[in-house]
Amino acid sequence: MSAAIGRPRSVDFDVARIRRDFPILNEQVNGKPLVYLDSAASSQRPRAVIEAIDNYYEHDHANVHRGVHTLSQRATDAYEGARETVRGFINARSTREIIYVRGTTEAINLVAQSYARPLLQPGDEILISALEHHANIVPWQIVCGQTGAQLKVIPISQTGEVDFAAFERLIGPRTRLLALAHISNALGTIVPVERFIARAKELKIPVLLDGAQAVPHSIVDVQALDCDFYCFSAHKMVGPTGIGVLYGRESLLEAMPPWQGGGDMILSVTFEKTTYNQLPWKFEAGTPDIAGAIGMAAGIRYLQGIGMERIAAYEHELLEYATARLSAIPGLRIIGTSPHKAAVVSFTMAGIHPHDIGTILDTEGVAVRTGHHCAMPVMDFFKVPATARASLSFYNTFEEIDRLVAALEHARKLLG
Amino acid sequence: MDLKDLYRDVIVDHNRHPRNFGKLDPADAHADGFNPLCGDRLTVYVNLDGENIEEAKFEGSGCAISVASASLLTEAVKGKSRAEVRELFDEVHAVLTQHDANVDPSRLGKLAALSGVREFPARVKCASLCWHTLNAALDRATAPVTTE
Ligand SMILES: Cc1ncc(COP(=O)(O)O)c(C=O)c1O
Repeated sequence: MSAAIGRPRSVDFDVARIRRDFPILNEQVNGKPLVYLDSAASSQRPRAVIEAIDNYYEHDHANVHRGVHTLSQRATDAYEGARETVRGFINARSTREIIYVRGTTEAINLVAQSYARPLLQPGDEILISALEHHANIVPWQIVCGQTGAQLKVIPISQTGEVDFAAFERLIGPRTRLLALAHISNALGTIVPVERFIARAKELKIPVLLDGAQAVPHSIVDVQALDCDFYCFSAHKMVGPTGIGVLYGRESLLEAMPPWQGGGDMILSVTFEKTTYNQLPWKFEAGTPDIAGAIGMAAGIRYLQGIGMERIAAYEHELLEYATARLSAIPGLRIIGTSPHKAAVVSFTMAGIHPHDIGTILDTEGVAVRTGHHCAMPVMDFFKVPATARASLSFYNTFEEIDRLVAALEHARKLLG
Repeated sequence: MDLKDLYRDVIVDHNRHPRNFGKLDPADAHADGFNPLCGDRLTVYVNLDGENIEEAKFEGSGCAISVASASLLTEAVKGKSRAEVRELFDEVHAVLTQHDANVDPSRLGKLAALSGVREFPARVKCASLCWHTLNAALDRATAPVTTE
């Protein structure tokens, strides 16, 4: 098959070298070299992350904040050192603003229950958009149910952009929080959150950003953004599963009650009275995911070693190439066509259900996600039951996009 | 894994041209089926003549396997008694999930085309959704069934 669309040349991006850092990219799937195009669901890990975790378990493991012995000290230093790495990565003012959680989902639930729930009165409003992941919908529905507040939804356009004019009409005196995705996982849209935040700030309304898809692919600076909460997951940014971060503005976190009780989150306990620990530990009850924090920090250092600007630039080239090649396939419709997109291409094919696309691609070694991408309202909006989604990362190549296209042509012959 | 084994000609044909597609109105019973993983949605309608299925139709959207399976089902169950349908379901299920299924292929007729699905475990639910939905209709269940 001839590629009518030329591949851009990425002069200063040595993807072959980068790929050698990711052992899993050598896997064969169904007898073919793996083409992993599902990084938006979960990225792969470089050896540096795997080794950091191994090394911790082999040399440093003990519980944190609980002992004077050497290993406990080492574990605590590594765990708290990782917090400083995270702080620097998103440019928070202080490590007191970096709360370890299980991931984006838990971060949003924490804010819903600990920040929003005590504050919300019947008739108050939480504002989200129509392109949110279920993780940024359901926690708000729960807290609305608990308090009598209402969930308001900013509509999106046919290109998959959040309607700013509608937002200006919807935000108002009853709005208590604006919660927006920074980048949509189902559509790839980069939401121009700066504009939304600026308007919310004029009205003194706090803003939470779901950064699960943004942090792995761009520079995120929470001070420059001026958001109040920022949530993300390590496993989407070459780190381990089971850990993520809630960034919160210190003054807000300070005023919030703890979410869970237990060890580590207290200073003193009697049966009459318990004094809670300071930030950030007030929100970290129980033995934390120590290895996860260390692995996440190793992942961040790995990304920083390449440089987030270079990652973003290369991924943009991949996106443009993939968009051009996929658009040329007859009957293929790209869902999510904002001019500002991360390297996510969601699509449908005439007469072929996404689930069949997924199976056919898998037999060719090509891994894409098919389904509703935890964004059923987005599927409803575009009137599709599901899409297939190729999500690209800096370890992907132009040749892999060609393999995707060839596999899609195969699907078309078989079922189209 | 050979795709040709999954997407056999019978399957491709029934996906492109589903038989008994549409609503039965009035219907003695119907039920909705939903596979949340891939978004397949089916409604199966039946009209009964005593213990026997007089007619079965379906509507909805789904992948090739779920549509073809539903189409094949509506043909296969016509004229069968409830007890025969249950037996047939057990046999289809065995063929979908077991390599050494002790089922006489001649009893399955065109449904035997679904046997390739067992090489693709992620797709078994697609093929079985319509059968669960039919059972729900026969039980006069009104609550949607899911494959989860
Ligand atoms: C935009 C977005 N928000 C939230 C989440 C939830 O992340 P996690 O499952 O890691 O909690 C995801 C990941 O699927 C996502 O893409």
